[in-house]
Amino acid sequence: MKVGVLALQGDVREHVSALAACGISPIEVKRPEELSEVDALVLPGGESTTISQLCEIFGLFEPIKARISGGMPTYGSCAGMILLADEILDAKEGQKTFGGLDITVRRNAFGRQVDSFETDIDFADGSDELIRAVFIRAPWVEKTGSEIQVLAAVDAHPVAVRSQTLLATSFHPELTGDHRIHRYFIEQVAKPALEKVK
Amino acid sequence: MSEVKGTGRVKRGMAEMLKGGVIMDVVNAEQAKIAEDAGAVAVMALERVPADIRAQGGVARMSDPDMIEKIQAAVSIPVMAKARIGHFVEAQVLQSLGVDYIDESEVLTPADYENHIDKWDFTVPFVCGATNLGEALRRINEGAAMIRSKGEAGTGDVSNAMQHMRKIGGEIRRLSSMREDELYVAAKELQAPFELVKEVAQAGKLPVVLFTAGGIATPADAALMMSMGADGVFIGSGIFKSGNPAQRAAACVKATTFWNDPKVVADASRGLGDAMVGINVADLPVPHRLADRGW
Repeated sequence: MKVGVLALQGDVREHVSALAACGISPIEVKRPEELSEVDALVLPGGESTTISQLCEIFGLFEPIKARISGGMPTYGSCAGMILLADEILDAKEGQKTFGGLDITVRRNAFGRQVDSFETDIDFADGSDELIRAVFIRAPWVEKTGSEIQVLAAVDAHPVAVRSQTLLATSFHPELTGDHRIHRYFIEQVAKPALEKVK
Repeated sequence: MSEVKGTGRVKRGMAEMLKGGVIMDVVNAEQAKIAEDAGAVAVMALERVPADIRAQGGVARMSDPDMIEKIQAAVSIPVMAKARIGHFVEAQVLQSLGVDYIDESEVLTPADYENHIDKWDFTVPFVCGATNLGEALRRINEGAAMIRSKGEAGTGDVSNAMQHMRKIGGEIRRLSSMREDELYVAAKELQAPFELVKEVAQAGKLPVVLFTAGGIATPADAALMMSMGADGVFIGSGIFKSGNPAQRAAACVKATTFWNDPKVVADASRGLGDAMVGINVADLPVPHRLADRGW
């Protein structure tokens, strides 16, 4: 499986090393040609407004959107969650997302940087062990469609959700050195989705 | 589930999210919107850009809270603000306003010529300037969660930024090539804590994100700094002191992302109108050089 990390802006390096720790050699995606080489994609943390604008300028926006709606397994953390949401609240005027996940996400819902925090969360991958989760100016999920599975929540706000092919977290597992979420994406989301296509 | 705010990981992680981006100086809400529309990853709210501070002289201080709040209300991207070196009360004020990052900055007139702010004391993260590795590690030891090379602010002359990036990079490469038993003396020479020196020697990079600042005025300047190993770029006077700020801002964002693609940098450089006029650092009398503030 060839996995790409969208590399226009944000904590690309951290996602690349988290994927490498899961035995994947990811490539950085900055151009449409690179996108067409990958089977699955990771949308990093960063500024969602900047990333979506750069996608539009460099001709990646529509291709990524088409791949996602065509079933390409995709994982987004923080800004990546915003980019995967069908609907966003507190957005910059005219801000666009790839969509694909039937959720409504509120940007910076947990507050400004002074409210950023870390905590242990229960992630529904079958393990009893808690995951240390880092939330940075993080969004939360305000509404979920009927096909959406909530995998983790903080104070009753969903912070990790998935559909058949898409996974999104409000927090940044790429910052902690614990690769469970990346492994979950590869093993439980991407592999089954790609098997099905075959 | 206990939530912990202001941890090292939360502070340093915030800077990781800014990587590959451009942070722009803005003096009002209108400029902040232009910066956000151009794709800035954050804005630095201040009353006068460095070029004006330089031209007008006098003591430069923290900005008016009203002005910072207007900028916070105008944009959804992070808002940073500057406090004077050592002025921990200005920093407390900025934290209470909920700014996303504080720049303890040599661009403002220092409040303390011996001590910097004890940045561990704060929930809000700090970025500090550095001209060499020892200075960067001293700031990190005081709690800085992000470093920017200083350059010479308000000049539009990129030579000092270049010099500082080369210096920091060169000193890191030197540490990486040393035997472990040589790092004690290296730490003494750098005037930096041994533990941090060892960490840098092993990792081959700073333990925090390294941006660059001071004198960047064109897309090619931004790309140059990225190719010197910067994680991202601060542009101060370079944008809003130029002929066409919106277009120049967007061009600098493109060149920062595609710094290693000269064709993109070339396209971004076309038809931008006048760059800021600029001052050669060599023509600046030594007492007027901001990079020498901080130690």
